[in-house]
Amino acid sequence: MDYAAHDASTFAPPAEVGEMELYHAKTFIGKYIWSQDAKVIAIQYAITAIGIGLVALVLSWMMRLQLGFPDTFNFIDPSNYLQSVTLHGMIMVIYLLTALFLGGFGNYLIPLMVGARDMVFPYVNMVSYWVYLAAVLLLVASFFVPGGPTGAGWTLYPPQAILQGTPGATWGIILMLVSLALFIIGFTMGGLNYVVTVLQARTRGMTLMRMPLTIWGIFMATVLALLAFPALFVSAIMMLFDLLLGTSFFMPALVSMGQQGEHTGGNPILFQHLFWFFGHPEVYIVALPAFGIVSDLLSVHARKNIFGYRMMVWAIVAIGGLSFVVWAHHMYVSGMNPYFGFFFATTTLIIAIPTALKVYNWVLTLWHGNIHLTVPMLFAIGFIFAFIHGGLTGLFLGNVTVSVPLSDTMFVVAHFHMVMAVAPIMVVFGAIYHWYPKITGRMLDDAMGKFHFWATFLGTYAIYLPMHYLGFLGVPRRYFAVGGTDFIPESAQSLNAGITIAALIVGAVQMVFLYNLVWSYFKGKPSGGNPWNATTLEWQTPDTPPTHGNFGPTLPVVYRWAYDYSVPGADQDFIPQNVPAGEVARSGSKS
Amino acid sequence: MVVAIVLALLVVGSVVFHLLSPWYFTPIASNWGAMDDTISLTFWVTGIVFIVVNLFMAYCVIRYRQRKGQTAKYEPENNKLEVWLVGLTSVGVAAMLAPGLFVWANFVHVPDDAAVIEVVGKQWTFSFRLPGKDGRLGTVDSRYISDKNPFGVNPDDPNGRDDVLASGSELHLPVGKPVKLLLRSIDVLHNFAVPQFRAKMDLVPGLVTYIWLTPTRTGKFDILCNELCGVGHYAMRGKVVVEDEPAYQAWVSGNPTFAQTSARATGDVAAGKQSYAVCAGCHGIQAEGNPALHAPKLSGLGDWYLQRQLKYYKQGARGTHDKDVFGKMMAPMAATLVDDAAIDNVSAYIKTLPDSPAPATVQGNANNGKRLFVTTCGTCHGPAGRGVQSMNAPGLTGMSDWYMVTQLKNFKQGIRGAHPQDMYGAQMALMSNTLVTDQAINDLVAYINTLK
Amino acid sequence: MNIFQELAVKPWADGQSKVDDLRAGRSSPPAARKLALKVFLAVVAVLFTLLVTAYGGRMTYEDWRPAPQVSLLWANTLMLILSSIAMQWAQYSVRRGNMDAMRAGLLAGGAFTVVFLFGQVLAWRQLGTMVYFEVTNPAIAFFYLITGLHGLHLVGGLVAWGRTVSRVWGDVDVAKVRQGVELCTVYWHFLLLVWLVLFGLLFTGNNLDLLLKLCGIR
Repeated sequence: MDYAAHDASTFAPPAEVGEMELYHAKTFIGKYIWSQDAKVIAIQYAITAIGIGLVALVLSWMMRLQLGFPDTFNFIDPSNYLQSVTLHGMIMVIYLLTALFLGGFGNYLIPLMVGARDMVFPYVNMVSYWVYLAAVLLLVASFFVPGGPTGAGWTLYPPQAILQGTPGATWGIILMLVSLALFIIGFTMGGLNYVVTVLQARTRGMTLMRMPLTIWGIFMATVLALLAFPALFVSAIMMLFDLLLGTSFFMPALVSMGQQGEHTGGNPILFQHLFWFFGHPEVYIVALPAFGIVSDLLSVHARKNIFGYRMMVWAIVAIGGLSFVVWAHHMYVSGMNPYFGFFFATTTLIIAIPTALKVYNWVLTLWHGNIHLTVPMLFAIGFIFAFIHGGLTGLFLGNVTVSVPLSDTMFVVAHFHMVMAVAPIMVVFGAIYHWYPKITGRMLDDAMGKFHFWATFLGTYAIYLPMHYLGFLGVPRRYFAVGGTDFIPESAQSLNAGITIAALIVGAVQMVFLYNLVWSYFKGKPSGGNPWNATTLEWQTPDTPPTHGNFGPTLPVVYRWAYDYSVPGADQDFIPQNVPAGEVARSGSKS
Repeated sequence: MVVAIVLALLVVGSVVFHLLSPWYFTPIASNWGAMDDTISLTFWVTGIVFIVVNLFMAYCVIRYRQRKGQTAKYEPENNKLEVWLVGLTSVGVAAMLAPGLFVWANFVHVPDDAAVIEVVGKQWTFSFRLPGKDGRLGTVDSRYISDKNPFGVNPDDPNGRDDVLASGSELHLPVGKPVKLLLRSIDVLHNFAVPQFRAKMDLVPGLVTYIWLTPTRTGKFDILCNELCGVGHYAMRGKVVVEDEPAYQAWVSGNPTFAQTSARATGDVAAGKQSYAVCAGCHGIQAEGNPALHAPKLSGLGDWYLQRQLKYYKQGARGTHDKDVFGKMMAPMAATLVDDAAIDNVSAYIKTLPDSPAPATVQGNANNGKRLFVTTCGTCHGPAGRGVQSMNAPGLTGMSDWYMVTQLKNFKQGIRGAHPQDMYGAQMALMSNTLVTDQAINDLVAYINTLK
Repeated sequence: MNIFQELAVKPWADGQSKVDDLRAGRSSPPAARKLALKVFLAVVAVLFTLLVTAYGGRMTYEDWRPAPQVSLLWANTLMLILSSIAMQWAQYSVRRGNMDAMRAGLLAGGAFTVVFLFGQVLAWRQLGTMVYFEVTNPAIAFFYLITGLHGLHLVGGLVAWGRTVSRVWGDVDVAKVRQGVELCTVYWHFLLLVWLVLFGLLFTGNNLDLLLKLCGIR
């Protein structure tokens, strides 16, 4: 870190610290369509991600209807069932969660929270969104090509991904791979912006250790994404080569449907290594922003500093680093050299330690707090519960021996949904309830919010707790129907039906949330600039919602860390980051 | 406040659910009890953490919820507490990891006395190859794979001549003897999983992977493919029968060797013509079928399919179900064919008969049927419904449509395909459930009628 | 202060606050661009490292057949070295304020790069017509994939180079031009380095094979 802090010659006067040339659009299109304002780009990302996420939600109903009530629906067949499974997974992981956390929250919060006027490269930032949109549109297009979208599972394992016998093995998979490559290119543009903005565009006084954990989480996740996505990129290109040019990177000599293939010598496991070299960090690309954001939600709404801030930062960094050496725990039964199991089981269980520490510190933040049970706080508590559950079941799957009987069963599905779907989505909702007032100037409706929380929290647990036990039983994942076995009792079918009903309810409840978003935009209670009495810079903007340039004529100067809540002696239970020591109101005893 | 109570209730509820759940591991049937022990250990450690942390959180929410005059404690960190927590967690993690690694070491090292059996996966069936008397498996290569040599055994390798080939998705194992399963795939990724054995592993084309185990109790268990392998993934099943040594040896000797399968003569058409005289009464001189007598068209079917069905009728794998009225009429007819050679002969003769399409009798919306055929049926039976021997899927195009309707209904109702010796019928039974209504069946068959 | 010390501070402590308050605000846009380039190069480095690793992993299989040698690559390598030298010259000149030499260097750098790319296409065609050519040979497939990706990165570099070139005539904003030239130079050197590694390990003889044997992997 080359800090200019101690080099007097680089000091700029506080007010004008690094003013940048802002792109000022005059027309509606310039402001809201071809916008270079990170906040507008953030909204564009968020709306696109949530839009495509709704498609994935509908796809999940398709599979749940089939699993809950097999032999009932004529419009679901084994082929479109697999397509639903595949696209649901792919959209939720990449096109919704990654895009929403980094493109949505990252774009909105990074400049505001570090005290910058915008991202450092606004134009590149804008292009990033449009490339992402193109990737989404290509993905959507795959529903309308001959053969439909790919049904190879979100992992897209070759050889089956590009062989007949798997749905969408021609057009579907081509569009999928091209769309992924585009997504990665678009993300790299955005990611460069997030990293450089965090490192170079922080306002005066904002040292790394004064940054809110939200920024730490998003920053580290972006670094992971930048370094992990190339693996997915090369594997996508290589699979396209195998499919279109007849190379044999992943394709061995094989006989498919009675026909001798033309490939020879390729290695399907190489793809799996490349995929999971990306795929495991991807888990943390989604988790780390959630970790960061939830830390801030807990701190603000418990009116207490986050417990063990330094350890929280170190844990984020450690998890980020370790996430690159655990990938093959997804491949214990893949047929790779079984001796790898020793190494990867060990690294995987080690990563549990910093993760557990984060959980402890979240709970310890509540300890001795002054907990306001607002909707964001409820979601944060829901996150902790879901994450503890998902994290602990991760210890089953990370430990190689324990993992073998459970791998490829519904236990895996239940585990990763608890840890990677329920937990992050709890944070997404909590974050939206938390920052919506800043984005729109109005509060989201509280009653609808509480209803949304309870239905989502209890509903998702009703879906996934029983699902683990189907896995213990040995019910495999990605099965269109499980009938015809001796070991699965009839009662498992009623359990599946129950899960489906819970899933349909949880899905329907999200419509209340969407309605709340729209209703509150017009009718919500005006929020003022800092409704939660939070310390971080985004709440200190002169305008709400913040205008282009974020901070009015002068940038804020930071005098304290992000967690000065309930400081002894201060009148108020929070001191904003931009309040100098001398200006803190202290009516009581001097301390 | 409510949230704290709910948290506590969820903790209690989860524990109760776990204790009362009838859905848990199937009773183990292999030596991998140690895997179950590591799972129990993991349950204890993680269960305690789950209960303690969540209840502590619930306590915090109650104790420190917002109240008048209460302020939070300003407490940036507590190094001692955090170090203790990290230390305790590390101990817990080590306690779970170390036994796991020991069991894994055991899993990786195959005992020297383990018998070797090869499992071959292809879309969407399992088959098995055992070394013959020489105790060695012949080499294989995907170039040798053909309908006559589905395992791809190298015909020039003397070690392969006496290899025992067990097609038909059923594997027998002797109880109490360690066995090393070599896993191989000839098309895409598959997985060999028997829930009662606990051990499982992928089958990877281009590689040979392995697991080992010792079956510890007799019984019949399901084999499931656990790695997504295409449309028929969920129907890729098999059975493993664990039995005592004599029964096992009987099973082994009941399967042909590679030399026997490759030396098998083609049927004698002239002899077959004589036997066919009996069949012609119902199925017609040209095997064109006769709906009035419920006799389907046979001409145009692959001889391999005719052979298989005739054998099923003879063995009682078909035509024995109470509700299979016309199948029960066929069974005694098949019994008139005295041996395999007679079956081969008559099949060979039928193959020589002209294949003119049977008249369409079923009304349905072909457009509705098309989607299912293209995405699902066609993957095995071929895009034009001509049948694919390597997929064990007979031709459908130009065959008696009323018969297909009957058979699809039979498959759905378990009248056909449910017999344990009908190796491929179970798969079709699963697939036929995709057709929810009678109308859907008619639509599908109407589409097949449009195929050329 | 190194990164470890920085991450060890207690930001809530009074003493630390006094130090932290001294931290200046955002740095200049040129510094941001420089950092962005560095981060991007890290991403590119990961990309090519993965490819080389995959190549090495594939090599350990028994059926590995090396790709036939294309001697034209030596000439192409020379072109790329020359382009890097020219860019370095342009950077040296712009720092000394010698704008004419800078222009010459920049143009020469671009020209050599175009020749390199042209040569690569020729090499592709040569390999494609050889009797050993077989699309399923992984060594050959990797050759096309890796050289293709490397070439695309150079084409992307040429776009940035074009933007810089467009600024060096007429009213010259010296600071902007200088940074453009500097960033291009860094990028060219990096891609040359990548090429030398790829060429040295993968495309001349069996050097990676030797390396793997030395490490006991093969």
